[in-house]
Amino acid sequence: MDSPIATSRTRTGISTGLLAVYWLMASEIVIFGGLLVCYLLFRQRNPEWAEFAALTNVHLGALNTFVLLTSSLCVVLAHHAAENKQTDKAFKLLWVTIFGGLIFLCVKSYEYYSKFSHGIDITTNPFWGFYFIATGIHGLHVIAGMVCMAVVSFQAKAGQHLNRVELVGIYWHFVDIVWIFLFPLLYIAK
Amino acid sequence: MLEYFIPRASSYAVDIDNLFSVITWIVGFWFVLTQLAFLYLIVRYQKRSEDQKSIYMTGEGHEKHWIHIPHYIIIVCDVVLIYGAIVVWNQVKINLPEADVKIRVISQQWAWTFVHPGPDGVLDTADDIKTIDELHVEIDKTYHYELESKDVLHDFSVPVFRLKQDAVPGRTITGWFKPTKTGEFDIQCAEMCGIAHGIMVARLYIEDAATHQAWVSNPVPQLPSSQPSNLTISQ
Amino acid sequence: MSDHDHHGPTNFWSKYVFPLDHKVIAMQYLFTGMFMALVGGFMAYAFRMQLAFPGEAVPGFGTVSPQNYNSLITNHGSIMIFWVAMPVLIAALGNFLIPLMIGCDDMVFPRLNRLSYQVFLLSIVVLFASFFVQGGGFGGAWTSYPPLSNNADYNLTPLGAPLWLLAIALEIVAFLLGGINFITTVMNSRAPGMKMYDIPMVIWMIVIACILFMASVGPLIAGSIMLLFDQTIGTKFFTVEGGDPLLWQHLFWFFGHPEVYVVVLPAMGVVIEIICTFSRKKLFGYKGILYTTFATGILSFFVWAHHQFVSGIDPRMANIFSVTTLLISIPIGEMMFAMIATLYGGAIQLKTPMLWALAFIAEFLLGGVTGIYLGASGTDIYFHDTYFVLAHFHYTFFPIAIIGTFAAVYYWFPKMFGRMMDETLGKIHFWGTIISFNCIFIPLFFLGMAGQHRRIYDYRNFPDLNTPEMQDWRIFATISLICLLVFQLPFLYNFFISMFRGEKAPANPWNSNTLEWLAPSPPPHGNFGPNLPDCYRGPYEYSHPDRKDSDYWPQNEPN
Repeated sequence: MDSPIATSRTRTGISTGLLAVYWLMASEIVIFGGLLVCYLLFRQRNPEWAEFAALTNVHLGALNTFVLLTSSLCVVLAHHAAENKQTDKAFKLLWVTIFGGLIFLCVKSYEYYSKFSHGIDITTNPFWGFYFIATGIHGLHVIAGMVCMAVVSFQAKAGQHLNRVELVGIYWHFVDIVWIFLFPLLYIAK
Repeated sequence: MLEYFIPRASSYAVDIDNLFSVITWIVGFWFVLTQLAFLYLIVRYQKRSEDQKSIYMTGEGHEKHWIHIPHYIIIVCDVVLIYGAIVVWNQVKINLPEADVKIRVISQQWAWTFVHPGPDGVLDTADDIKTIDELHVEIDKTYHYELESKDVLHDFSVPVFRLKQDAVPGRTITGWFKPTKTGEFDIQCAEMCGIAHGIMVARLYIEDAATHQAWVSNPVPQLPSSQPSNLTISQ
Repeated sequence: MSDHDHHGPTNFWSKYVFPLDHKVIAMQYLFTGMFMALVGGFMAYAFRMQLAFPGEAVPGFGTVSPQNYNSLITNHGSIMIFWVAMPVLIAALGNFLIPLMIGCDDMVFPRLNRLSYQVFLLSIVVLFASFFVQGGGFGGAWTSYPPLSNNADYNLTPLGAPLWLLAIALEIVAFLLGGINFITTVMNSRAPGMKMYDIPMVIWMIVIACILFMASVGPLIAGSIMLLFDQTIGTKFFTVEGGDPLLWQHLFWFFGHPEVYVVVLPAMGVVIEIICTFSRKKLFGYKGILYTTFATGILSFFVWAHHQFVSGIDPRMANIFSVTTLLISIPIGEMMFAMIATLYGGAIQLKTPMLWALAFIAEFLLGGVTGIYLGASGTDIYFHDTYFVLAHFHYTFFPIAIIGTFAAVYYWFPKMFGRMMDETLGKIHFWGTIISFNCIFIPLFFLGMAGQHRRIYDYRNFPDLNTPEMQDWRIFATISLICLLVFQLPFLYNFFISMFRGEKAPANPWNSNTLEWLAPSPPPHGNFGPNLPDCYRGPYEYSHPDRKDSDYWPQNEPN
């Protein structure tokens, strides 16, 4: 279906796609922010949660942080390539980013598995409740980002909708930043 | 004004009622004035002929009269109301005068348990008087209530005291009242607590010293003077 | 520009069932919202009949058990807010008006627009499912406080409770998706020449409402996930043992208070459009209203705990929230004064849309001032959870969701359907509705003052409330509700018959300035044809001294 004329107008000078991604990020920030504020309120009232937090694997968390940051770098390079109409390069870099997301998910899965095998799950106590909800919803956002990047990569390879590389990149940065908050709050703050 | 709708039976009921009256006078004045002005404008500026012209106001300059002056007067009124609200709130909910008597109020799905100190006058001793759905208090004595819940949120509500306090499970919340008028009155649960929230009624007996002493020595469960008629739940 | 679709969809499915056209999506939201209003109204009928004639079978429903009663009031409230007020005032009006009033051919993301309606429809399916599962529909009040709401042993609706919550979550997602379209379209797709202060006020209001909604709903989404998991898989966020029941209240009301502004702003926007058109006057203080609206929006985030004064929060917090709550009456008051001031020196025509717009002001004023008793912490100790609260919020919500909606429908019906509605039927509908409305809710103020508390299925159990005088008031209110419902029949008749047999409407029957009146009635696919309009001035240039022979000056005319 062809886009309406409305989509091509840019009275603010910012593209409509970019405005939409900013709006999406703003909504997500309030959602994650709300969740984390609840976590902090609980944490403040329950000092014994420090013991539970000690059971998280800081090394794996740090590894995942590194993986996400690196993949964010890749998507910036992909954007750069797209701007220069280097469609094959953009395609490859997007897939490197997706691969980074995959590593992140594998590490996360291993972490979850090791918790479950120690008898810890989402119902064990509210600390673990927050841990699994926050990282779980974050993980869902990682998956969604990977899917979007895959779709965009093929469009970019065909030289179409190259502006979407930037948009998906911004989304990925956001997913990254949420993790940068989750990691210290859930893993390190002991 | 409120006392025409419901009797006053506590020492602070008059303060809440007076705040109600102050709000009514101040806010009522503005309300009536605005509605009259509004009605006047509608009638006065009706289109009555084809060539009737409207004026063209830019808004600047006139704003002083229509917006800013009422604006400042309303701020002054708000300050008065805020002051009144805080004074009354503090008196009822923050200050805690010394207790003559302590009672415990336990709410659950779907009944009220009241623990009165027995003849020894001390709560949490062997001679405490536990009642279901009836609270006996003595006039002119300051009571502290310790409010608890066994399950969900409830609310200890005594309209004639003008008192409400949510009961939160896992906590004991303390408040106070001082009865000032004898009689029998409703106690309500004023927080949705499940399917029988609508029958969670209790009865308050405010008694003079002699009657109250007689009850304490012989706490027979009383029949309320007006029997509630529909106490069964049909599903 | 040659790759734009000028002809539009041709078959029934792509035109009406899976539309991309913003006007058709708007109609989907409008009709769905109107249907849900009938559902919510029926629920009110059933529970008010129980209150007036307790224990007797209600015609068309049957006996109202205590469990039925709680489910009816819970779903009545939820439906009216989430499935009537929001879809009609924001989704339907926003979808219909935004592209037309800013002079473009559709929303910027038509497929996302279609998806948002589909998610919204799904939320209704889930809600209706909750009524028919074992245990019945959720009955823990629209506020859903735990521990009642997160424990099936307490609420006895193990399936109804999570389904209700899921329905609300889906509705919220639908509106977040819709918001993307509204905000981006207004920011980017405005007609050339339409500057910030040339945007019609109703569009501003819808946009600000979307922003407010987005900024306030996040914590509630987080809380809903926590509550849903408490209900279904056994987490303990809001239990006494592991967590904090009061936290839910904060999360709920942090959203709940801005939410009332989310719904009131579009309604005020509608009223402003109508008042200017039918008094032939420029809006008084456009910029003032705009900045006041921003201030109200921001302040609305700082008042939420006035719903929780006696809930067990630290009593010192109550005074802080009482201060902020009483102060927020100031910007709202300003907006009301500005609307009233617009009438001064006008040439007022009391057509049906104008009657509704004026009624909004009169009724909302009463709603607003009765809020003072509740915002003042001292008096709220008595009025909390009484019918005084109920009467207050119906005197605000009814003007918003019902009066505002009727004002909009009567005003834009000619544009939507290309025909005029009947004025006589409109006036009958108007007076019948307004008089009945006041007869329902004025008695409820008095019942609240007499101590009648909320959410009780049978007041015969409370000797102090079981007086003949109070029961007379209850019966009077119920009969007035039935009158209210009966008076909707002339509207339904007028609405559906006029759609097909009303007098054909010209493009601009009200001689209004804004751009939607430039398009044909009804507008075709693409709205304005190949040449989209430009904008040369503000939206309310009525009776301008430089225009000698006309009392209006459309935005798109160069001179």
